[in-house]
Amino acid sequence: MRSRHDVIVVGAGHNGLVTACYLARAGLDVLVLERNAYVGGAAVSRSLYDGFTYSNCSYVCSLLRTEIIRTLELPRFGLQIIPYEGGCTLMRGGGHLALYDNHDALRREFARHSRRDAESYDRFVRDMLRHCRFIKPLLLRTPPDPTSLRTRDLRELMWLGGHFNRLGEERLYDTLRFFTMSCADMLEEYFESEIVKAHLAGSSIIGTALGPRSPGSAYVLLHHYMGSIDGAVGAWGFARGGMGAITRALAASLEASGGAVRADAPVERILARNGRATGVVLAGGEEIRAAVVVSNLDVKRTFLESIEAKELPGEFLEQVRNFKIRGSSGKLNIALDGLPLFPAIPQDSPATRGDMHVTDTLDMLERGYDDWKEGRWSRSPYVDMLIPSQIDPTMAPDGKHYMSVFVQYCPYRLADGAWTAEKRQAFGNTVIDAIARHSPNFRDLILHAEIRTPQDIENEVGLTEGNIFQGELTFDQLLFNRPIPGYAQYRAPLAGLYLCGASTHPGGGVMGAPGANAAREILRDLGRDL
Amino acid sequence: MSAARPARGARYDCIVVGGGHNGLTCAAYLARAGRSVLVLEAADRVGGAAVTREFAPGFRVSACAHLLHLMPGKLIAELNLSAHGLKLAAAQLPTTALSADDAHLPLGPEGAAVLAAQSAHDAAAYPAYGARLARLAARLRPILGATPPRLGTAGWRDRAALLGLGLRLRALGRRDMRELLRIGPMCVQDLLDEHFESPLLKGALGFDAVLGTNYGPRSPGTVFTLLYRLAAAGEEGGGLAQPLGGLGALSEALAGAARAAGAQVRTGAVVKRILVRDDRAAGVVLASGEELAAGAVVSSADPKTTFLGLLGAEHLDAGFVRRIVHLRARGLAAKLHLALDAAPRFAGLDPAALRGRLLWAPSPEHIERAFNHAKYGEFSASPILEITVPTVSDPALAPAGAHVLSVVAQYAPFALAGGWAEGRRRFTELLIDTLTALAPGLRAQVRHAELLSPEDLEREFRITGGHWHHAELALDQFFMLRPVPGVAQYRAPVGGLYLCGAGCHPGGGVMGLAGRNAAREVVREAA
Amino acid sequence: MATTSEPHYRRPLLPTPFHARARALAQSDAFIPWAGYTTVDVFTTAEQEYFAIRNAASVYDLTPMVKYRIAGADALRFLNRLLTRDIGKLRPGRVAYGVWCNDAGHLIDDGTVFCLGAGEYRLCTAERQLDWLLDSAIGFDVAISEVTEEVAALALQGPTSYSVLRKAGVAGVERLKPFELGNFTVPAAGDAPLMVSRTGFTGDLGYELWMQPKDAAAVWDVLMEAGRTRGIRAIGSRALNIARIEAGFVLPNVDFIPSERTVFIGTERSPLELGLAWLVDFGKGHFTGRRALLEEQRRGSRRRLVGLDIEGTKPAHNALLYSDRALRRQAGSVTSAAWSPTTKRNLALAMVDAPHFSTGSTLWAEIYLNRELVWERRVVRARVVERPFFAPERRRVTPPAEF
Repeated sequence: MRSRHDVIVVGAGHNGLVTACYLARAGLDVLVLERNAYVGGAAVSRSLYDGFTYSNCSYVCSLLRTEIIRTLELPRFGLQIIPYEGGCTLMRGGGHLALYDNHDALRREFARHSRRDAESYDRFVRDMLRHCRFIKPLLLRTPPDPTSLRTRDLRELMWLGGHFNRLGEERLYDTLRFFTMSCADMLEEYFESEIVKAHLAGSSIIGTALGPRSPGSAYVLLHHYMGSIDGAVGAWGFARGGMGAITRALAASLEASGGAVRADAPVERILARNGRATGVVLAGGEEIRAAVVVSNLDVKRTFLESIEAKELPGEFLEQVRNFKIRGSSGKLNIALDGLPLFPAIPQDSPATRGDMHVTDTLDMLERGYDDWKEGRWSRSPYVDMLIPSQIDPTMAPDGKHYMSVFVQYCPYRLADGAWTAEKRQAFGNTVIDAIARHSPNFRDLILHAEIRTPQDIENEVGLTEGNIFQGELTFDQLLFNRPIPGYAQYRAPLAGLYLCGASTHPGGGVMGAPGANAAREILRDLGRDL
Repeated sequence: MSAARPARGARYDCIVVGGGHNGLTCAAYLARAGRSVLVLEAADRVGGAAVTREFAPGFRVSACAHLLHLMPGKLIAELNLSAHGLKLAAAQLPTTALSADDAHLPLGPEGAAVLAAQSAHDAAAYPAYGARLARLAARLRPILGATPPRLGTAGWRDRAALLGLGLRLRALGRRDMRELLRIGPMCVQDLLDEHFESPLLKGALGFDAVLGTNYGPRSPGTVFTLLYRLAAAGEEGGGLAQPLGGLGALSEALAGAARAAGAQVRTGAVVKRILVRDDRAAGVVLASGEELAAGAVVSSADPKTTFLGLLGAEHLDAGFVRRIVHLRARGLAAKLHLALDAAPRFAGLDPAALRGRLLWAPSPEHIERAFNHAKYGEFSASPILEITVPTVSDPALAPAGAHVLSVVAQYAPFALAGGWAEGRRRFTELLIDTLTALAPGLRAQVRHAELLSPEDLEREFRITGGHWHHAELALDQFFMLRPVPGVAQYRAPVGGLYLCGAGCHPGGGVMGLAGRNAAREVVREAA
Repeated sequence: MATTSEPHYRRPLLPTPFHARARALAQSDAFIPWAGYTTVDVFTTAEQEYFAIRNAASVYDLTPMVKYRIAGADALRFLNRLLTRDIGKLRPGRVAYGVWCNDAGHLIDDGTVFCLGAGEYRLCTAERQLDWLLDSAIGFDVAISEVTEEVAALALQGPTSYSVLRKAGVAGVERLKPFELGNFTVPAAGDAPLMVSRTGFTGDLGYELWMQPKDAAAVWDVLMEAGRTRGIRAIGSRALNIARIEAGFVLPNVDFIPSERTVFIGTERSPLELGLAWLVDFGKGHFTGRRALLEEQRRGSRRRLVGLDIEGTKPAHNALLYSDRALRRQAGSVTSAAWSPTTKRNLALAMVDAPHFSTGSTLWAEIYLNRELVWERRVVRARVVERPFFAPERRRVTPPAEF
């Protein structure tokens, strides 16, 4: 094995692989080092129970930028994304709100709850599309430093100003309001029905240590809206073969461009000399040299755990310590002996063939957040569950099903002491109970259940506190503030060291944009074109 | 134009609806600019929510706002309020964070030793923290006295204002500018956790970030509300003050200044409707049926009252009305007034601290839990309190030897589940219990108690929702978004109608700047 | 009631009360969705159906028109604040066409207001509007409810439409002047109550018939029987579209996008731009969008919807328009186009930039021709002409002629 490369990428998550792909395509010799035995970070397909494939971390796809899919030829390497066919929210007391693709079916469904909301929904969608159109051009750009006087920053700031200005006066105000509002306040401006509000608000709390009434949560909702599948903005879907299909395709694309991935290669330390990154040393002591080291790890893992503190400015380290990465989500992966029945949903409705939720009021979501603040998991958790095997035949044996259950909120640290196996099981039972309330045969169908607390996710995937976004998506940590003011352009205070993970702009959600942006900055420093 | 007083029934240059501190300030500036001005106040005295009134025989209190600290010295000087009777009973009032274990913490340099005993780390960090926030706040201060620019227009004045804003931020220097852009949207708990470890200190500092807002310390944007308060309060000679005779005395002084400049002030004049002719405000109709004509109508009433109550939706576009309806303006602070036989005795408290402000918010977690209830329409089970004993510095407010306790209590949501008719007694008892735990024996000293819930504040002061800022102070309702986009420049969509109340930039808190800014716009428009 | 036993997730579109009748006649099996209902695009051929409109009598299922009941003490004040027109002039028994705007003076939708009595109106629109109507009702004592499913409607249009109604036994219809309505019965349909308004979307003599859904099929049968000797024909949306272009009427989502639905910047349109200035009454008091429209009037509109008479016979669907034959300067685009069988002209409605929208201006249209899959580009002259393109005198005559 060679001990010298042009570029080392630490971590084979989707962003690390995206960066590596772009750099390899630019002709660089790239090696990706992954500490786990499998590639993919949090975008993986794991066989943890006989014959079943689990997307056991991230579980759905929408945000992955089309530009990246095309440039890196991911379909050629096996990536196929299939949109949901429906969705629903199950209410306590047996009611439900279903989501349908057909506009008239959807309107009539909403009208069961509120005739007015059925029509306001069009206005809501219009406004979300407007905000998406505003935010999208920002995703694949490097944030300017507003304090800088460099030509490039000034030019980018001017572009940003112009981008704002083109909105025109009224939309500008609406945009400013939207980005500073709470999701609840925003939804109150459209809807009267509690279930409609609760259904939509779910996306404002996923992965986030905020409640729907916290200012800034409207943006989190948008963050989940700004993806698309085949031009359908806001659509979500399944990667055929599970989320690992994305990273498998990326790894294949990388290898086709001459790059390499080494699994089971935990990086112990990023090496530096004279203010420059010089390579890495692996857990076994092996040293690998490179002029460019790119970290796919979150900002805390990178700077607090992987580099000697003396190589970095003290004030910078203080800011890294102040970066907010909060564990707030749990995950259950369940192998089922058959399809669970949800009596509230008509048998032939496609409402189960997409994301299903358990909640029914904004207050219920907010109280779930109150529990998290107190260091306990939500007693009535928000559940985002899917049965991808209904759509994707590769996920489970015929007639059996895989269920992915994302849970909000679950704390990283419990108020009553450390996580134990018993507490993990109790957390899992809370979630299973919440689902079983809506599905009488669910419990009996369970063949195997993997229960993952934020701590489990941290331990296995390496995400600090198990946070799916590598850092809170609040405004103090977005755009030029992400991850650290003055270091939002993917560069570290150490020459030759770069960040490409979701800790950087524009954040997480299997988007790939941080990886692509980091690659652009690296190539710029190397004087090469993308 | 002349400042001559038109005869009754004649036409005024400006009619100011509402004789609260912003209305009076606006009237005073308009009159000084040569306008003939009539102020119409519904109550039988001026002052609006800055008023001193008797709540028990022989006991008087500042009924809503109870401290003066945000009004710029420049405004006080320009209107020469001291010549019109404004005297301070006390100034530079100390603030003390009350602790359950009697280890009370005076804020500021005087508390350094106490703080050091609680946390050497915090004692070391506090001065730098204070200095930095003060620097940032100082940069924001000029914004408060400025008319918010419009965005996305080709107007040179708007663009120049925005450019000025950008340059002012840059003048902070790189580090402070970065810090401001980072912490501005942050929640105050995170900021405090970054700097301090003492729950008592964090509770007290966090208190000011959420006072008068519908947020808890974990709500993003509360660093902004804190900076805003610091920006307003930080001016020269700033600090907490108590006008002699209560806040009503300030209002009387403002009325005096307005009258001296030629304005007329009528009390007991309830404005029922704003008259519109040819899409212009042409005057007002009083509840008595009397019509008063004016070239301009300036309303210090809250935006909902002004637009939906006095003007009427039919004169407005539907989308604008939609915005006004969605303006968040539900109060969550209640006011408790206690008539006491004797001075309260807070356990372990230096008696000198009693002249100042006492805070009961022993930790940010305590505040957050208090806030939790408000989200669900409940009042806090363990409320947070801002306590003053105005009779320490101004004994005339109570009979000899007796005292008044004036308390702002959060959170007390306007829309209390079950209603305030039933909730008032329960909340009053809860507050007296909470106070008695801090000042043993207090319950036995209470001769009379009055609780003003947001619902009462709405009724007494005619503020829709009973919010003392007229509209929630939050990033999405601030500056060019305040009260709603389109009217942030104090001009209503209907020609000749202006807003000058706390619902406008920069908000309430007995600052007077909304009134002053609005007057400038009225004069500019006519020029 | 227009209901179906099938749930919405399996069959999202509702049948109208005329569905069984339409189904039986729909030889082309061409159904299209319209406002939540399934309706016929073409029954036989659009050409045959078109000539029923201009030569005989046509029946068009109007049920999907969204209908609102607007009633209450402030109903008139509400409508006057909503619409740009002065509804105060609308007497009971009269109908008015109108438009409404958002605050920026951009068109939300058009529709017809029926004054059914003092404080009692019906508003018929192409798009659902409840969200906007309810927000517009803030501060007004008015009750608004959607009654679409409670009212079945047919458009009976064409030169023989009056004689068909007469023959159907609907007595007294002859007194209805354009934009008047009256309440009648249909004796042959069990005295089914029938509200008739002399209104329509064809620019021809014609009526719109409003009835209870339970009477719908019977009324349809009576009309068809009465019209058998008068050339009556069920028509679909495609034929109607040719007639409405000849009449110069605008269609939402075709000639303008409702401003409550636009996502892109700068795609909204004002009534002044759409050539509907005659519907805007600045003198009646305030209405939503008034200040913005006054400002636009002062400034001058940047574009206008105009009628075009285009060289050749190929309809200029989606054509780009240029001010020069060399196609260097784009000056607008076509929104609706049709060959007019009656006037033998190649017609279009087009949004044209200032200053090219004045009548008589010449523009150049870029048209793509499909010659057996061999595509050719044609650049043809397009002249701005007055609308309507076709306005027969019979549409106004009262009492109407027999044919």
